[in-house]
Amino acid sequence: MTDRPLTKNIDLARGALNLTDYEAAGGYAGARAIANGLEPSDVLERVKNSGLKGRGGAGFPTGLKWSFVPKSDDATIQRYLVVNADEMEPGTFKDRMLMEGDPHLLIEGMIIAAYTIQASRAFIFLRGEYFDAERSLAKAIAEARESGHLGRDIFGTGFDFDIVLHTSAGRYICGEETALLNALEGKRANPRAKPPFPQVSGLWGKPTIVNNVETLCNLPGILAHGVEWYQSLGSGGDFGTKLFGVSGRVKNPGCWELPFGVSIREVIEGYGGGMQEGFTLKAFLPGGGSTDFLTPAHLDTPLTYAAIGELGSRLATGTMILLDDKTCPIGMIGNLMKFFAHESCGFCTPCRDGLPWVDTIFRDLETGKGSFKDIDILKDHVEYLGPGRTFCALAPGATAPLGSGLTLFAEEFAAHVSGAKCPYH
Amino acid sequence: MQQHVIASSSPNPRPRARDLSAEEIAEIEHELTLYPTKQAVGLEALKIVQRHQGWVSDESMLAIADYLSVPVSELEGVATFFNLIYRRPVGEKVILFCDSVSCWIMGCDKVKAQLSAHLGIDYGETTADGEYTLIPVPCLGDCDKAPVMMVGEAMHRHLCVDTIASVLPLKNVRGDK
Repeated sequence: MTDRPLTKNIDLARGALNLTDYEAAGGYAGARAIANGLEPSDVLERVKNSGLKGRGGAGFPTGLKWSFVPKSDDATIQRYLVVNADEMEPGTFKDRMLMEGDPHLLIEGMIIAAYTIQASRAFIFLRGEYFDAERSLAKAIAEARESGHLGRDIFGTGFDFDIVLHTSAGRYICGEETALLNALEGKRANPRAKPPFPQVSGLWGKPTIVNNVETLCNLPGILAHGVEWYQSLGSGGDFGTKLFGVSGRVKNPGCWELPFGVSIREVIEGYGGGMQEGFTLKAFLPGGGSTDFLTPAHLDTPLTYAAIGELGSRLATGTMILLDDKTCPIGMIGNLMKFFAHESCGFCTPCRDGLPWVDTIFRDLETGKGSFKDIDILKDHVEYLGPGRTFCALAPGATAPLGSGLTLFAEEFAAHVSGAKCPYH
Repeated sequence: MQQHVIASSSPNPRPRARDLSAEEIAEIEHELTLYPTKQAVGLEALKIVQRHQGWVSDESMLAIADYLSVPVSELEGVATFFNLIYRRPVGEKVILFCDSVSCWIMGCDKVKAQLSAHLGIDYGETTADGEYTLIPVPCLGDCDKAPVMMVGEAMHRHLCVDTIASVLPLKNVRGDK
C-alpha cells in the first residue's frame, strides 16, 4: 500500500495515466468497493471515521459536511456535487498538479462522494486559466463515460452519475462556495447569506455539497485501503497526507505530498532545499495569501491544523510563501492587498471601500508619501475588515497578512515613513 | 424576437443585436443541454462568442441576451464581473501577466518593465500590429516556476529579464516594418 495516495500516479513529464493504465495501477478500486455492497451510509461512516478534513483552506471535517445533506430515500429529489477547482489563492499551486497529473483520481473521488450523498450530477467548477487541466479532465471524463464508469447504472450499482466540466472566467471570490454556486447559476458571483447552507439549499435551491479537488482525491484511498491505513499516514491529530508547497527564494521550489505532522523546516530546508545563496529567511505565510505571517522561530512546528492554529495562523492550503531578507515586507503585503482589493466582489461596504483604501496607503508608503497616521489607519482596518464585520471571509483573509505584518514589521513600516522611501530600493 | 437597445458611447449610438453564427448557436445549444436554466449558460455563451469574435461587443451582448431570454443588464453584470470576458477589442493573443505575490517576490516587476519596453505597450494596451494585448492577472497557480505568464492558452515559466523578448516574436511593432 502506498504512502502517497494522492500523487503515486503523477509524473508530469510523462503526462496523466489514461483509464486503462489508471485501473492497472489499482485505480477505481474505491469505486468498486461501493459496487461490492457498500451503502451510502457505510461510505459516510468510513469518511467520518477517517478524520478527513477539507483541503480547500477551512479544514472542515468532510464527513460532517456531507451528513448535513437531508436524508431522504426519494430519488426524485435532485442533489448536486460541486467540485471547487477554482484555485486562485495567491501562492497556491496544488490542485493544478492533481488535475493535470491524475484526472481519474478526481473522477473516482467524485463518484464516491456523489454516491454517498446520492447526487446524480456533478459540476467541476474549473478555473478559466487552467487550460491544461481542462484538457486533461475532459479527456478523462470522456474515457470514463466510454467505459461506463460514468452514465447510467455505474459499476452495476443502479446509481446514475455524470459530470459537467464548467470553466470559469477568473474571479477569486468564486472560491467562496456560495459565490461559486451563484456563478454556476449564471449570476454575478456575490456570496449568499447563510443559512441556508448549500447542503440544504444550494445549487438551484437543491441540496449541494461543494468539495475541494484535493479533498475528493483522498476518497479513493480511504475506500480502497481502509480507515486504519489512512490514519497511520498522519500524526498530530490530522490524518492522511497533504500537498505542501514552497515558493519564493528557495533552491528547489515545488509541491510535495507529505504526511501531516512533518515539520515546516523539513519542507522548506529538506524538500525545498533551503534558501538560495545570498538570501536568508525572514518570514513566511504558511498556507497561501490569507494566512498570518510566521517566522524562522516557528520552523520546527509540525504541519497540522492545530499546531499552526496555536501559533495564530492557519495551515489553510499548505502552500507556503517565503519572504527573504532582500525583499521588502511592506511591498509583499502591499502586493497582497492589491490582489484582495481587485478581487473584492463589491457587495459589502467594508470590503469594497476598505480594501482599496488599504491598497492606496501601501502605494503611498512605497513611494515615500506615507505618514504615521496612515499606519494607524491600516491598524484600524485590521479590525474594520476582520471576522464578523463583512459578508464573507475575503476581507478577513486579507487582514491575516496585514495584521500580523503590521506587528512583525513595525520597524519597516516606520522606516518607510521616516525615510520617505522604501529602504529596499 | 424583442431587440434590446442599450446606450453606448461608441460611434454607433444605438447598437443592435448582431446575428449569432451557426457555430456559435450550435455551441450555445450544446451548453443548454447541460444546465437546467438558460440563465446558467450566460457565462458559457459569452465565452463561446468571445472565442469566435475575439471579444464581446455591444452587438454580441445584445444577441446573447436575446438568445437566452435574459435581461441584457444582468448579462452585462456577469460579463463585467469576470476578469476574462473582454468588452473591448483585444489583440490576436492576450498576455496574462501574473503580478501576484510569488511572482512579485521572484522579480516579475522587472520582467514586466522589459516586456512592456519590448512590445511598446503597458497594461490594457494592444501592440500596433494587433498581435498582443497585455493584461495583469491574479496568481496563475504555478508559483514554484515564478515568474510566469500565459500567452493565449500556453504557460510561459521561469521568466527573466534577459530572455523575455525572445518569448514573444514581433511582427510590425513600433515601426519595425
